Amino acid sequence: MFEIFGIPSTALFGQLLIGLINGSFYALLSLGLAVIFGMLNIINFSHGAQYMMGAFTAYLILKYSGLGYWPALIIAPIIVGFTGIIVERLFLQRLYKLDHLYGLLLTFGLALIFEGVARNYFGSAGLPYTVPESLRGGQNLGFMFLPNYRAWVIAASLVICIGTWFVIERTRLGAYLRAATENPTLVRAFGINVPRMITLTYGFGVSLAAFAGVMAAPIYNVSPQMGSELIIVVFAVVVIGGMGSILGAIVTGFGLGVVEGLTKVFFPEASNTVVFVIMAIVLLVRPAGLFGRRA
Amino acid sequence: MRKALGLAAFAAVLACGAANAQQVNVKIGVLSDMSSLYADIGGPGSVAAAKMAIADFTKDNPNVKVEMIAGDHQNKPDIGSQIANQWYDVDKVDMIIDVPNSGVALAVSQVANQKNKVFIVSGAAASDLTGPKCNANTIHWTYDTWMLANGTGTAIVKTGGDTWFFLTSDYAFGHALERDTIAAVEKAGGKVLGKVRHPLNTNDFSSFLLQAQSSKAKVIGLANAGGDTINSIKQAAEFGIVKGGQSLAGLLVFASDVAALGLPTAQGLVLTETWYWDMNDTNRAWTKRWQQERQGKWPTMIHAGVYAGVLHYLKAAVALKGNVSDGKTVVAQMKSMPTDDPLFGKGTIRADGRKIHPAYLLEVKKPEESKHPGDFYRVRATIPTEEAFRPLKEGNCPLVSG
Amino acid sequence: MEHVADPLVKKPSVLRSQSETIGFVIMTAALVVAPFVTYPLFLMQAMCFALFACAFNLLIGYVGLLSFGHALYFGWASYLSAYSAKAWGFPPELAILTGTATAALCGLVAGSLAIRRQGIYFAMITLALAQMMYFFALQAKFTGGEDGIQAVPRGVLFGLINLKNEMSMYAVVLVIFLGGFMFIYRIIHSPFGEVLKAIRENEARAISLGYKTDRYKLVAFVLSATLAGVAGATKAIVLQLASLTDVNWPMSGEVVLMTLVGGLGTIFGPVVGAFAILVMQFKLAPIGEWVLVIQGAIFVSCVLLFRRGVIGEIANKLHIRL
Repeated sequence: MFEIFGIPSTALFGQLLIGLINGSFYALLSLGLAVIFGMLNIINFSHGAQYMMGAFTAYLILKYSGLGYWPALIIAPIIVGFTGIIVERLFLQRLYKLDHLYGLLLTFGLALIFEGVARNYFGSAGLPYTVPESLRGGQNLGFMFLPNYRAWVIAASLVICIGTWFVIERTRLGAYLRAATENPTLVRAFGINVPRMITLTYGFGVSLAAFAGVMAAPIYNVSPQMGSELIIVVFAVVVIGGMGSILGAIVTGFGLGVVEGLTKVFFPEASNTVVFVIMAIVLLVRPAGLFGRRA
Repeated sequence: MRKALGLAAFAAVLACGAANAQQVNVKIGVLSDMSSLYADIGGPGSVAAAKMAIADFTKDNPNVKVEMIAGDHQNKPDIGSQIANQWYDVDKVDMIIDVPNSGVALAVSQVANQKNKVFIVSGAAASDLTGPKCNANTIHWTYDTWMLANGTGTAIVKTGGDTWFFLTSDYAFGHALERDTIAAVEKAGGKVLGKVRHPLNTNDFSSFLLQAQSSKAKVIGLANAGGDTINSIKQAAEFGIVKGGQSLAGLLVFASDVAALGLPTAQGLVLTETWYWDMNDTNRAWTKRWQQERQGKWPTMIHAGVYAGVLHYLKAAVALKGNVSDGKTVVAQMKSMPTDDPLFGKGTIRADGRKIHPAYLLEVKKPEESKHPGDFYRVRATIPTEEAFRPLKEGNCPLVSG
Repeated sequence: MEHVADPLVKKPSVLRSQSETIGFVIMTAALVVAPFVTYPLFLMQAMCFALFACAFNLLIGYVGLLSFGHALYFGWASYLSAYSAKAWGFPPELAILTGTATAALCGLVAGSLAIRRQGIYFAMITLALAQMMYFFALQAKFTGGEDGIQAVPRGVLFGLINLKNEMSMYAVVLVIFLGGFMFIYRIIHSPFGEVLKAIRENEARAISLGYKTDRYKLVAFVLSATLAGVAGATKAIVLQLASLTDVNWPMSGEVVLMTLVGGLGTIFGPVVGAFAILVMQFKLAPIGEWVLVIQGAIFVSCVLLFRRGVIGEIANKLHIRL
C-alpha cells in the first residue's frame, strides 16, 4: 500500500475501480440510447426503466424457475427486448411523423408506468440478488482488493460495447443500418425492409439496457428506482459524447465513470454533480459534443 | 303500586348506571412507510399491531368505538405533513401514531402542535423529538438515538472498539444517531477517526465502505436503519471488510433486519432494543397473534410500541370521558397516568414526552446457537430504566423547566 | 410535420377573445367560492401548481421549447423563500420576492446554456441542469437535505395581514395566482408574444426577418422561470415546508403532465390540468403507488390520442380560443 497525493493507494484504486464499473453501466446504457437515437431519432426515456426491467426479470427468473445468473444474462435481455419490440410496434411507430418531442414524452410516460407497476408489486426497497457462485470472492492485489464479480462486469461491458461498435461500423448489416438512418427511402428502394430494421434496432437497444440491468442486479440491488436514478446521468453522458456517435457513447461512458471515481477521492462533495458540470462546459465550448457529427 | 314504583325506580337507577359508561369515539391514523426501506420495521406490521390493540381494548371496554385509517408517508416530509394536515383537518383524526422516519416525524410533530391534536411516535428515533423540538402534543415511545448510542456505543468501546468511523444516513435520524453516538463514544474514552454521509435508501455502498476501510478505524459505526443497514452489512462482507479486521457496529438493528440478513452474516452484531419477541411467554403469545396478519415476518420493537401506545391512548381517552379534541389535555392525561401494558410492563411518560422503560443489550446468535426460527438474540445485559434514556434535564426541552 | 403545439384555432370566430374573457370570469368566480366548499389548503396548493404549469406552458405552448427541468426554478424559489422566512425572518412578501429572484437568476444561467441547442437536446440539457441542482440541494446545508426546511412561518403580510388565518392566506394566494395569470396573458397577446409564436412556427423565417431569436428565447425562458419561481416561493409559505420533492425530476415531469392534459398552448389548459392532476393524486392517495402508473398512462394516451388536451379539444370543437 502506498500513497499518491496523500491518498492511500487502496482508496485511490478502489474508487477508480468503482468508477470503471459505473462507467461500464454508463457506456452500456448510452450505447443503447445512441443506437436507438441513431435509427429512430427518438430519445428513449424508458431506457432506465428497461434496465430496471432487465434486473427484475433476472430476479423473477431466479425466483420462479430457479435459473440463476448465467441463463438470466441471455434470457432476460431477450424477454425485455421483446417487450421493446411490442412498444415500438404499438406506440412509437405512430409518432415518427410528429415532432421528436412526442417520442420523448411517450417514452417518459412508459417509464412511469413500468416504474409504478414494479413499485406496486415489489415495494421500493431493494430486493436481493446474490452474486453467482463462480464469481464470488476477490483478489487481493496488494494495492487494492478486487472483487471478482466487479472485474467481470468491466470485462463483459467492454466486450459488448466493442462488439456492438464493430457490428455497426464495420459490417454490412451495420452499413445498412447507417444508410437507413441517412436515407430510409433510398434504402427501401434497394429492397431492404426498413420498418422491420427499425423495430429490431429498438429491440436491440432495449435488450442492451436489460443486459446492463442483469449485470447490475448483484451489485446494485434490484429496486424499481434503479433506472430513473441512473438515466439522467446517462443523458448527460450522451450530450457530452455527442448524440449520433456510437464510439462517443462508449468512450465518454467509461471516461466519465473514471472521472466520477477520481472526484470521489479528491473532492467527494462534487462527485454527484461533476458529470453535469462537465456537460455544461462541453456545451459552452463544443455544443455538438466531443464526438458529435451534427452541429 | 308501590312495588311497581320501586321496580321502576330501580330500573331507572340501573339505566343511569349503564349510561355512566360514557360512549367514547376516537379516530386513529397509522402513518408509516408502507413500501420502502422501513416497511418491514414499521409499515403494515404497525397497522396489524394497532388493530390488535384496538381489538383487545374494545373487548374490555365495549363503550369505546375506535376508527382506524392508515397512510404511507413514503419517507417524504412533505407527503407526511400533507397527510397529517389532511387527517387532522378533514378526516377528523384525533391521534396519529408510528412514523418510522425522523424527518417526517419532526414535520408531523409540528402539525400536531399547530392543530392541537395527538402524535405518538413509535418508529422514529431522533432524540430531538423530546429535546429541543419537543412539544406538548407529542409523545415519543419505544426508543431514541440517545438510548441506542449509550447502549450499543458505550458497550462496544468498553470491549476494545475505541476508534470509530461513521457511515451515516444523511437526514435527521442519521445526524442525531451519529451525534449521540460520538458523544457516548468519546465519553467512554474512544476516538472518532472520520465520517461519511450517504443518501437515504442507497443501493451501492461500495465507495462509502471503501472510505471506511481506508480509515483503519477498529469499528465502523452504521448510523442508518432498515434497508440501508442491510445493504451496508452485505456489501461490507463483499469487500472483505470484516475479514480485514474491522468490525461493524449496527447502531440501529431490528429483528426484521436480522431475518433478512440471515444469521451467518449477522452473527456477532451487538445492538440495543427495548423489546424482543422471544424474551418471555407474553411476548411470544403476542407475536403468534401478530403473525396471523403478517405471515413469515417478525415483529420489531416499533410494532410493540404501536400496540402499547394505542392502548395507553385509549385508556386516557376513557379517563377523559371521550373528550379528546384538545390534544394537549390528552397528552397531559397520558403523562399523568402510569403506563401498564403486556409488552412493556409498567412505566411512565416524562414531562418531555419521553416514555421510559428498560433497554436490553443484545447480541446476534451464531447459526449453531439458534434453536428455532426467529431465535436471533442472546440478552447480554439489561439496562435499567433510569440509565437507559437521556436524563430529563439534559434534553433542552422547553417544556422542562429549570 | 406537426409541431408540438399546433395552432388550435381552425376557423376563428368573432367571439374568440370574448371566450377568453368569459373563461377568466368563470375561473375567478369558481376560485372565490371554492374555499367555502372545499379544503382551502388543497386549493391553495392547486393554485400554486396551476401558476407553475402556466409558466411552463409559456415556453412550450408559445415558443415551442420543452423544458424538462422546470422543477429547478420552482424548487429553488421554494427553498430560498422558506429559508429567508425562517432563518432571516423575512416577512412573507420579501420571502416570496427572494424566492422569485433566485428563480430568475437560475433561469438566466440555465437558459443561456440551454438555448444553444434546439429540440430534444434543449429538453435533455434542461433536465440535466435540473438534476445537477437537485444534487446541490441534497448536499447544501441550508436546504436540510432529506428533511427539508420545516416550520416555515406564515408571517404577517405588509405588516397588516396575518397569514396564519387560512382565509387571509387564501386571498393572498388567489391574488398572486390571478396576477401571474394575467401577466402571462399580457405577454402572449403583446408584440413580444407574436414574435415568440413566429419563432415557434418557423425560427429560420423569423431570423431572416431580422429578429434575434436567441435573445427572444432567452427572455421568454427567464420570464417562464421567474413565474415558476413565484409559484414555488408562494407554495413554501402556504405549506410551510420546502423539500427535495420540489426540485426533483418527477416534479418536472408532473408539470409537463399537467400542461399536456390541460392543453399545450391554451391559456386555461395548464390551470385545468393542474387541478385535475392534483385532485387525482388526492383521491388516489390511499392506493399510492398506482398514482405513478396512472400518470404514466395519462401521458401515453395524451401523446397518442389527445395531443390537444382537455381545453384544447373543447376549444377546437367550439372554434374558440381558450
